[in-house]
Amino acid sequence: MGCWFVRTGRILAGMVVLLASLGFGPASAQQITNIEIPYLSLVVKRTIPQAFLDQPAADEGVQGARLAIADNQTTGKFVNQDFHLNEALEPDEASVIAAFQKFVAGGAKFVVTDVTPPVLLKLADLPEAKGVTLLDATSIDDALRGENCRVNFLHLLPSRAMMADALMQYLVVKNWRHILLVIGKAPLDKLWGDAFRHSAQKFNLSIEEKPWTYVGGSQRSDTGHYEISAEVARFTQGISYDVLVVADQIGRFGYLLPYHTTDPRPVVGTQGLVPSAWARPFEQWGATQLQNRFHDQTQRWMTDRDYGAWMAVRAVGEAATRSGSADPAAIAAYLHGDTFELAAYKGARLSFRPWDGQLRQPVLLADTQALVSVSPQPGFLHQFFELDTLGTDQPETTCHLQ
Amino acid sequence: MSSAMIFRAALSASVLLAIAPARAERILVSNERGNSITVLNADTLETIKTVPVGARPRGIVLSKDGKTLYVCTSDADHIEALNLDTLAVTKTIPSGPDPELFALSPDGTTLYVANENDNMVSVVDLAENRITTEIPVGVEPEGMAVSPDNKVIVNTSETTSMAHFIDATTHASIANVLVDARPRFAEFSADGKLVWVSSEVGGTVAIIDAETHKIVKKLTFAIPGVPKEAIQAVGIALSADGNLGFVALGPASRVAVVDAHTFEVKKYLLVGQRVWHLAFSGDQKRLYTVNGVSNDISVIDVPSLKVTKSVPVGPLPWGIVVAP
Repeated sequence: MGCWFVRTGRILAGMVVLLASLGFGPASAQQITNIEIPYLSLVVKRTIPQAFLDQPAADEGVQGARLAIADNQTTGKFVNQDFHLNEALEPDEASVIAAFQKFVAGGAKFVVTDVTPPVLLKLADLPEAKGVTLLDATSIDDALRGENCRVNFLHLLPSRAMMADALMQYLVVKNWRHILLVIGKAPLDKLWGDAFRHSAQKFNLSIEEKPWTYVGGSQRSDTGHYEISAEVARFTQGISYDVLVVADQIGRFGYLLPYHTTDPRPVVGTQGLVPSAWARPFEQWGATQLQNRFHDQTQRWMTDRDYGAWMAVRAVGEAATRSGSADPAAIAAYLHGDTFELAAYKGARLSFRPWDGQLRQPVLLADTQALVSVSPQPGFLHQFFELDTLGTDQPETTCHLQ
Repeated sequence: MSSAMIFRAALSASVLLAIAPARAERILVSNERGNSITVLNADTLETIKTVPVGARPRGIVLSKDGKTLYVCTSDADHIEALNLDTLAVTKTIPSGPDPELFALSPDGTTLYVANENDNMVSVVDLAENRITTEIPVGVEPEGMAVSPDNKVIVNTSETTSMAHFIDATTHASIANVLVDARPRFAEFSADGKLVWVSSEVGGTVAIIDAETHKIVKKLTFAIPGVPKEAIQAVGIALSADGNLGFVALGPASRVAVVDAHTFEVKKYLLVGQRVWHLAFSGDQKRLYTVNGVSNDISVIDVPSLKVTKSVPVGPLPWGIVVAP
């Protein structure tokens, strides 16, 4: 820590020299414009049942936003812009709505959100939300990009459809064309099942589908592994397939499938080889630097939700710096404009799809220890953007923006 | 054998001995994953030695006397000095955390080091072997260049997306030029009038007037059959005669040849996969490219603008230097 203070002292001293000599003239050098970024989160306790490892951190999301603010501030110092994160971390829906109304009453034209899809829709349909851009940092819900889309939504994380396509493209490349799709009972499992099924049909893979209904004892109890081993072996017996695709959003049973199947088959989907926006083993295109900065700040690893929030706050910073404006309306307009591009450690220029507000981006395929691939896979071609081979393309969209 | 013949034989032997020290040029390549420097004979293109160095070597630069190679060993958080006579690391030099790329002042006394992890450029006095000062820059500093007159240093910051022009004497900021996303490399023209800055994610090269700090031209690239997402500008090499610029295009596996007067792209040369950095031979007749995915270097014949050969080196090769 002592070392850190010395360093910070040097940074500040250097900054004074730097700012004094920026060439903006002595008067304007004082005129640092302040850009407030509202961050609105519905704090929900998340747990992975059937596992005691790697439980989600309570501060997922907001830590990504905090890191992005630090990155924005470093950049902003060179153009006389200062950035502040206004955090509203709310316990329930009513307080989320109240906090949103307070932000808008204070002049906000954009709000970074980390809320559930129903709450996001409620916010969007408030009269105050008219003309306010909602940067959806953490949802992956396809309906928010489709039939429930709104003209003021921008979605940072890849949708379920994009992640399903990223995985299915890889299965095509591997020529693992016959999939056993195992879907859990939870509503979100059904959404994943729909996304995988739709994507498998799109890429002409054959599907055998089977619901997971078993409610057994705990794998974690003594000798619990015998029970699960027998159950998964029975479940997968007599089926001919290349790869098991599991749809289990919160990890009720998906972690128990690998190595227990009757035939030796890999497990992919929501567990095993997982499509994701961010992954712990990912270190390409400078990702190592973001991983290191995040770990230094939080003493834990960055997750998709942190990464989505980081991208949302960086997107605002990028719009402010590129447009040279601190006016919230001008920043919001730049975010929606066709010159907006975000660099987010994926080696590609990321931009928002005009038809549904989705950020187009590569999707990682990784397990807990290794990056396996990055989609789109080579050879999946597109008329305009290869990144648009992932997810809902303009001709298929059910979003009719209003 | 007559005595005259013996005399002649002895004479030619001594002539041979006299020219022997003028050995072939050597090509030095840093292998990011190999934690080593590959040393190649530039005439035969054979590996002379693979020298182990510290963790994750990336940027490399040659001392002005040509006797020492400075190596940014990023994960070891320091710089190593490789003696090119003995091919052994002789000392370590402090650099600040995560040194990635650096530049040597034209007088050979000072290293300017981009510390990717802490938003600083470290100024290293080589005679005293210490960091004399640190200059704050944008997020993830990477590219470094020093003007030929030793007056201005340029740093690029990848996430801030700026080229920072800094007074080399006072270390005060002169200008901050916003360029396209993820600027990785900066190179002064031989006359010092222009600075070429490559943007990896933007896929462009900004050519900046070193006097006015205005972008005079932004190079864009288009290669038939190559997706635009794969065109990512990284390394730059400018010919000493001021006529040609070469730009490595990363995963496009091409080097763009640019007319340095008209700024038109003349040609794209197919090289190995994920081309990072470039270096000329001493006579400027060859250009070597380092290819990070195919683990080799490509040899470009500059007069004919043809790729003539590829030569395997270590795992994930990154930086390249040619030593006399």
